[in-house]
Formats: sequence, structure tokens, C-alpha cells
Amino acid sequence: MRSKGYSRRDFLQFCGYAAMVAGISRSHREAVAQAFENKPRPPVAWLHFQECTCCSESFIRSSHPIVAEVLLDLISLNYTETLQAAAGSQAEKCLNDTIKNDAGKYILLVEGSVPVKGDGVYCTIAGKTAESILQEAAKEAAAVIAWGSCASNGCIQGASPNPTGATPIHKLISKPVINVPGCPPIADVMTGVVTHVLVLGRGPELDNQGRPREFYSRRVHDTCYRRAYYDAGLFVESWDDDKARKGYCLYKMGCRGPVTYNACSVTKWNGGVSYPIQSGHGCIGCSEAGFWDNEPLYHHLASFPGFGIESTADTIGTVVGIGAIAGVSAHAIATNIRKHKLIEQERGGDEATTQRDEE
Amino acid sequence: MARLVVDPITRIEGHLRIEAVVENGTITDAYSSGTMVRGFEKILKGRDPRDAWAFTERACGVCTTVHALASVRTVEDALGITVPKNAELIRNLMFCTQYAQDHVVHFYHLHALDWVDVVSALKADPQKTSEIAVAISSWPKSSTKYFAGVQQKLKAFVESGQLGIFANGYWGNPSYKLPPEVNLLAVTHYLEALEWQREIVKIHTIFGGKNPHPNYLVGGVPCSINPDEVNALNMDRLNYVGSLINQAIAFVEQVYIPDLMAIAGFYKDWAGYGGGLKNYLAYGDLPTRGYRQPEYFKFARGAILDRNLSEVYPVNGHDAEEIKEYISHSWYSYSAGDTTGLHPFAGETEFNYTGPMPPYEQLNVEAKYSWLKTPRWKDHAMEVGPLARLLVAYAKGSTEVKDVVNEALGQLGVPVTALFST
Repeated sequence: MRSKGYSRRDFLQFCGYAAMVAGISRSHREAVAQAFENKPRPPVAWLHFQECTCCSESFIRSSHPIVAEVLLDLISLNYTETLQAAAGSQAEKCLNDTIKNDAGKYILLVEGSVPVKGDGVYCTIAGKTAESILQEAAKEAAAVIAWGSCASNGCIQGASPNPTGATPIHKLISKPVINVPGCPPIADVMTGVVTHVLVLGRGPELDNQGRPREFYSRRVHDTCYRRAYYDAGLFVESWDDDKARKGYCLYKMGCRGPVTYNACSVTKWNGGVSYPIQSGHGCIGCSEAGFWDNEPLYHHLASFPGFGIESTADTIGTVVGIGAIAGVSAHAIATNIRKHKLIEQERGGDEATTQRDEE
Repeated sequence: MARLVVDPITRIEGHLRIEAVVENGTITDAYSSGTMVRGFEKILKGRDPRDAWAFTERACGVCTTVHALASVRTVEDALGITVPKNAELIRNLMFCTQYAQDHVVHFYHLHALDWVDVVSALKADPQKTSEIAVAISSWPKSSTKYFAGVQQKLKAFVESGQLGIFANGYWGNPSYKLPPEVNLLAVTHYLEALEWQREIVKIHTIFGGKNPHPNYLVGGVPCSINPDEVNALNMDRLNYVGSLINQAIAFVEQVYIPDLMAIAGFYKDWAGYGGGLKNYLAYGDLPTRGYRQPEYFKFARGAILDRNLSEVYPVNGHDAEEIKEYISHSWYSYSAGDTTGLHPFAGETEFNYTGPMPPYEQLNVEAKYSWLKTPRWKDHAMEVGPLARLLVAYAKGSTEVKDVVNEALGQLGVPVTALFST
């Protein structure tokens, strides 16, 4: 720590923050301080339950920091079945050693949901149920992060009829859990969350679903680069039609952007190269609980927020059809009227802001 | 009889348990168990078929895209749809991207630690390492200083006492055959491959919006190409894809393949171990005239039995008698009795766990012991996957495959039968 320019006083303060987020009392600050001083890289254990490993794959796509830096310089990743050299009982020892020797100091990362039906036989590792492994590992963890929609809200195996009783981990452990949903979450969001804890010494601010506001405070719709087309009523009507080739809004093709909180429109994917909407397919809502059961993917959302709850895309489509220029003007006018109304309301006070947020 | 249990098998996707019977230091029998199930078959029932690809894709995030591809092709086959030529080309590009990325990642980040002793790399002479690197490849990152730098970083890492993913490994075991210099070379390329794999998948991001799990569509692909529009796939995006492809080819040709050949050279006696099922099945891929004309696939479709490369049996995906799924040793029950075999179209997925209650020490391998059903092709157990794909193509006379395979065999000085090892 001193080599990185921190004084002892700074360092103890940092440990105080770290202890706070971990739920360890300040009197144990010294233990945390010792942990950081004697073991310069925080111990981390990564568990896998019912999952497809896309979260692990996404993690190694991180651009900044690159994953080699994470594994060699930032953390001590003591257990992950995807990458570790040891197998069987040798691998188990890595996990058990971390739980025992680093009790109260390790960060627990969980990828995958836990099946609770059938006494947990739908997912066992080393002859033990996923649930028992989770409980044991969570007990001594300093902080718990749920990777992806599987661990945050059940994802695909939790989709109806959820035959195995797939359960997100926050419903099974009493410790606070940082949920980082997505199928998978964006790579730099994942390393962003981990480094947020390491660098800032505290967990990120969470919303009411336990998701970091840092990456989940806005809907894909709020920050979408095609939003202007949505507002102007210019939509793709069928795949690869002339409107698709102009990159118009994908609302009518089933885009779930208006109901999905995620960073995709801002951070985008794979180092900012693109994201689903930019590549022509609507958002499927993969960070939201229950998105697999939210109507068939290509049925557009029922109501049409922004034009009044009574309007549907079909109605507006009809209006556009009646006279293209007139229709577009109508929308432009409607949008402008609404905008003015909103600006007036905002000048009027807080209710307006709340109303704006609800759109 | 007590069996040697390895659970978890690591460096794979999913949850696998092996119980092996060991007699006098030799494995005489082994049982594999899939210890996790999610129930996709039940979850998909009743859904809109146009959505199925998105669900199915989530079978696996390591081999992302391939299940989605199989799914859209199935629905298209049922509806008699042939996708537009551009869609076929884009799907082939996405398939090849996945193929290359997954092979490289599998080798370096999943499999390599079975062949490469990371700790031994600390004893390597960086200059000798450089000489080996230059001898086997024209890859420019090959200086003595470069390897010394990696070795220094590895040294500091190991000396920290926190070995991370390398903790409690089998370092120093006499089964590791590589000299320290080749170990250092491999560790260096492990790190390079970590960076490379992050880049090549951007081809998926451009065409499919994201990786892992890019988007597909029944009937084609969703990305619109329009060279006269700023807000569509235009020359900039296509140039990007081209540039990524070149980057991928360079790495595979100058790093991956030379490393494979160098490392395989030290493990030639492994060509005599195992041998698997002796039967190989490949559905083939990379259509050039639509998916309904497998004779024009770049990877041929066919089946080989009993290692006989002179006869390739035709495979008919529409014949409901060819594929059956059995559950005699799987934790399911069939309405017509557990010894029946069902074609997936008529499949049943009723969970029936009869194994030991956890925590358990051993499975009852005389009865049901896995969540994996047992598929059979014409009642033969078949190996599928990369080796099967190559063997079928080889046996069917694909010149591209034969040239590459024969060259590799020649360079290693091993006969064709070496292909049949584990």
C-alpha cells in the first residue's frame, strides 16, 4: 500500500470503508487492514451453480482492466471451476482454505441460480447441494456479488414452469447481495463493479433490486441512440425492410428497451463496438427479472409510453399510414406538444420530475 | 468397490463428475455423471418457435451461438425456409468466429494446464525460449526480453504466495513432459490468447449485437447491410470484420498451431492411450447452397463406425429412427418404460432422481447416475465434436481437411491411427 503512495492513516481509513461495506464492525478494522497489508490482493472465490458460463466468458472480455491484470494484479481468484488448474478434492481444498483462512475477508462471486426443489439434487458439486455450498461460502464472505441474471433473478431455468425451483441467491442468504444482472452482464460492467469495491473501498450505491446504480440507473430506452426515431414515430416494420436499412426504431419488432434497466446503450458491448439495437435486433430485456416470460420476444410491448398510455404502436402505425407526411408531422407535433407540457411541468415543481422518470 | 472420484471436473463448462475404477494403477472402468439439470425441454414447450433460438442459445455460454444456430435451422427446416444468401454468409462468419475463438480458448485457458507446468516456466532460460519461438513461428513477439518480462511477472506472482487459479495444482508431476522453455512459451501465449479472444468476438458484436449470446432470427439474421446509409452495416463495419478476421488468422497460424505442434511433439505416447467409442458422427456445417443441401457443406455430414475411414454412412436428420435418447442410467422416467429409446421430437423429460441424497460419497452406477440422457445413432454410441467433424470430412475426401491433417501427422511423424486416441 505504501508503495502506491498511501499513508498509514489513509490506509486505515480505507480499511474502515471496506469494513463498513462488508458489514464488519469498525473494531475489526485492524483485521481488515492486516488482510490488505499482508496479502496485497484481496481473496476472491467464484462459485458456479445453474448457469451456462456466459458470465465467466463475458468477464474475460473485459477491455479495461484486461482480465490478465485482474487475475495477476488486482485480486487473488482462489476458486473458479472454469479456469483453475486443480480438480476434484484439490479444487475443493482451494475453496475450503479460502473460507477458513480468509474468513471475513474474501469477496464471494456467484454465477448461477440455486435449485431448491427436490432437496437440491438438481445441482450438486462434489456430492453436495448447490444450496449447502452457497450457505457455507456466504457465511464468511466479506461481500457477495451475484453475477448475471441467473444469480440475480433466476434467468432461463427460472422461466416458466421453473422445473427445478431455480432461485436467485439473494433469496437464500441473509447477507446483502450486489446483483449484476444481464444474460450475461457487459464485461466492463462486471470488472467495473469489482474494481469499484477494490478502489473506492465501498460497494456501489444499489437500487431497490440490489443493482448498482452505476450501471443500472437508466433504461436502455432512455439512453438509446435510436430514441429520436421512437419519438418521431419512425419504426422498422419488418426485418430488413427499407426502414431497417435506415436504422429506425425497433419498438415494433419487440424491443424491450423501454422496460429494461442496463448500460447497453451507453457502455455498449465488447469495448463499445455495438449493442443489440445498433446491430438491428431489439433489446430482449435480459437483465430484468422474468424477461423470458414477458410475452413472445417479437410481440411488441403493449402500451406505447410517450404518446399517452392509450396509444398502441398499431394505432400510431395506422396514423402514419394514412398520409406519410401528415402522419410524421402529426407525431412531430405531438412530440413537441408533449415536450412543452413537460418543460412547463418541470418548471412547476417535483411532481413533473417524478412523472418524467416514470416514462 | 471404492472408486476414485473427481468432482468437480474443472476447466469445462457445466458440472461433471467422474468415478473411476483403478486397479493396480490402471483405470479399468469409469463413469461420468452430469450433476446439474435445468429443464430446457420443459421450459421451451408451448413457446413461440421464433423465440426458441434465444432460449436454446443459453444452453452454453462458452459455445455461444451454436445452439441458437441449430435452433433457427430446425424451425426453418420445419417451415421450409431457405435463408437469403447474405444471411447464410453472415451465419457462416459467425460460426467460424466461434469455431476459431473457442478452439483457441479451449486449448490455452481450459486444456493447456493439463500439458503445461506453469511453475516449471520459472526455471526457463528466456533466451532459449526466444530461440524456440523464432524457430517454430514468425510471430513477432519473440524477443528474449519479452519472455524474460513475462517470467519476471510470473515469478512475482508465485512469490506473493497467492497462486490464485494455479493454486494446489499438480506442478512438478512427472506426467508433465515439456521443458521449462516450452512451458514459458505456453504461459506467455496463454496471456496473449486472453487478449486475442477478447478481440475476435467483436465480429459477433457487429453482426449480432453482443458477445456472449449474439442475436439470431428465424429466417435470416437481424443486421441490415446498407452501404449507402450511416446507420446500418456499411463499409466501416465490414472493414472492421475483415480486419478482425485477419487478426484471427494471424494468431491461429502463427501462435496457436505452432504451439500445438510443439507441445504435441512431447506427448506423442499419449496417441496410444484411450480411444473412446470408435464411432464418429458429424452433422456437418458451413452451408454454401442452403442448409437443405449438406453435400455442399464445407464440413461434410456423415458417420464412421469402428474407426473405418473407408466407409462414411449417410446421416438423415429427418429419419425419426436414427437418433434415440435413452435413460436407463439417467435420472428420468419414460411413460413407455425406462428401457425405451425416444427420438427428441417425441422426447419426454420427467425428472426422476433415484440417486443418493446429498451429501454423498459415490453414485450407484448399477442404476441411474446422471442428469444426462444417452443419445444413440442407430443404436451406436457416437463421439461427436471437433475430432468427429475432422474425421468425417477427411474420410469423405475434403481436400482442405486432408491437407491440413496429413501435414500435421507428417510433422509429428505419427500414423493416421494416432487420430483415434483420447
